[in-house]
Amino acid sequence: MATVTDAGQAAVDAAQAAHTAAFDAAVAADERIEPRDWMPDAYRATLVRQIAQHAHSEIIGMQPEANWITRAPSLRRKAILMAKVQDEAGHGLYLYSAAETLGTSREELLDKLHAGRQKYSSIFNYPTLTWADVGAIGWLVDGAAITNQVPLCRCSYGPYARAMVRICKEESFHQRQGYELLLTLSRGTEAQHAMAQDAVDRWWWPSLMMFGPPDDESSHSAQSMAWKIKRHSNDELRQRFVDICVPQAEALGLTLPDPDLKWNEERGQHDFGAIDWTEFWDVLKGNGPCNEQRISQRRKAHDEGAWVREAAAAHAAKKTARNEQEATA
Amino acid sequence: MDTGAALALGDDALVLSHRLAEWAGHAPVLEEEVALANIALDLLGQARILLSMAGDEDELAYLREERAFRNLQLVEQPNGDFAHTIARQLLFSTYQRFLYEALAGDPVFGPLAVKAVKEVAYHQDHAEQWTLRLGDGTEESQGRMQRGLDALWRFTGEMFRPVEGLALNWQKLEERWLASVTAVIERATLRVPGGPRTGAWAAGAGREGLHTESFGRMLAEMQHLHRSHPGASW
Ligand SMILES: [Fe+2]
Ligand SMILES: [Fe+2]
Repeated sequence: MATVTDAGQAAVDAAQAAHTAAFDAAVAADERIEPRDWMPDAYRATLVRQIAQHAHSEIIGMQPEANWITRAPSLRRKAILMAKVQDEAGHGLYLYSAAETLGTSREELLDKLHAGRQKYSSIFNYPTLTWADVGAIGWLVDGAAITNQVPLCRCSYGPYARAMVRICKEESFHQRQGYELLLTLSRGTEAQHAMAQDAVDRWWWPSLMMFGPPDDESSHSAQSMAWKIKRHSNDELRQRFVDICVPQAEALGLTLPDPDLKWNEERGQHDFGAIDWTEFWDVLKGNGPCNEQRISQRRKAHDEGAWVREAAAAHAAKKTARNEQEATA
Repeated sequence: MDTGAALALGDDALVLSHRLAEWAGHAPVLEEEVALANIALDLLGQARILLSMAGDEDELAYLREERAFRNLQLVEQPNGDFAHTIARQLLFSTYQRFLYEALAGDPVFGPLAVKAVKEVAYHQDHAEQWTLRLGDGTEESQGRMQRGLDALWRFTGEMFRPVEGLALNWQKLEERWLASVTAVIERATLRVPGGPRTGAWAAGAGREGLHTESFGRMLAEMQHLHRSHPGASW
């Protein structure tokens, strides 16, 4: 910069170096970075991107499950499903608040989601075709989310880590409820058992894709690991998830749709078949079965709610004006 | 015990809960996703207790025909826009609150009423706050809120037709309801609708099993899966 003298520039550089050193030391010592702390711009941008994507996933994820609320086959299941979908809305709220601590408003993030400039988890671009899908989502999708998110409870950014602690508790309820739903179907009538198996067949592979591309193709992973935003690689977490699911599927009396799935004595882990990454990238690009539907429902709800938000703002402004008038009168 | 009253109150809660649950994923702001689901869940909880007093909750919810439902026509009305939903909630929650207050000492319904009235007080407050915001908000919101009240007003007379098995002063209940609702509507700079509160053709119809056309579709959706697998457990 021409207006800054060399001495001035040196002072700025020195301050920057001191900030960076303090930040690096805090991360290395596993201390939490808080909203008022100095942080590198790229760290902030990475967090906003990740938290936004996570928040968007929570609210888009309400759609495939809400699809079954009005058809839930017992009042008990209906109450559980309604509470679950409500929890996901609450998760969205916590996460948008966490993003706000980084200086990015919910409105701004929603606009980006609606414009297709920010993503949400591709898993929600698959349709819920039968009641058993509600169980499969709870067991596999919430299960995969937990595997991904438990390490985030130790994320270096304080507000995100704390939001994740609350969220993980609720996700583990969802996972157990989904499992229990599938178990009931699996042990139920022949038609119910078939419904459960069909749902697991359809949700298994997309759930494995939830961990993201293989480590050698993952663009953001290395830097996120260094910043302790991320603690384990995509492939590590995917392996952990497979190892958790195999015995659970057996207990459910259901099979996983992978002929190559088997215990590897030497590795002490399961081997599993090749994931269809063409499908993954295709769905991510917008060509999944429900991409268009999910985003247009979201936009529609937002647009149709515009007059409500305007009314609330107008009312609040009138109230403030009245209070001020009273105070000065 | 005569199960008629449990069915009337239980069906009100069950049906309105279902309508509110239809908002999931469609609410105007995220906070309202949470609030509407909360109200729907409270009502479903009440419905389960009340229906269980009358029989098996799932048999009653899923296997009765439309003509056997005893809910008010008000609660089965489709959601419409957000103002319409809020108008329905204001009219019903105010009624339900005073009804449960009056039932606090009832030997059969007292325990439920005492617990539920706390939930309902929140539902009423939520509806009141939104009536004020929308009524005294923008020109558009005011028009929508007024249209919601106008459209639903004719379903409110039915609420005060005595239900067998509920010993209470229905006239006093109606007076309290009208005074409360009037006060909120006026504070919200809206007009108390002028039309009749019941149609001569259908006074008290919901409680007698006569419903409006959209209700059959609502039940078809709600009952379809359960009925497709006779005898299965879920
Ligand atoms: Fe969630
Ligand atoms: Fe969840």
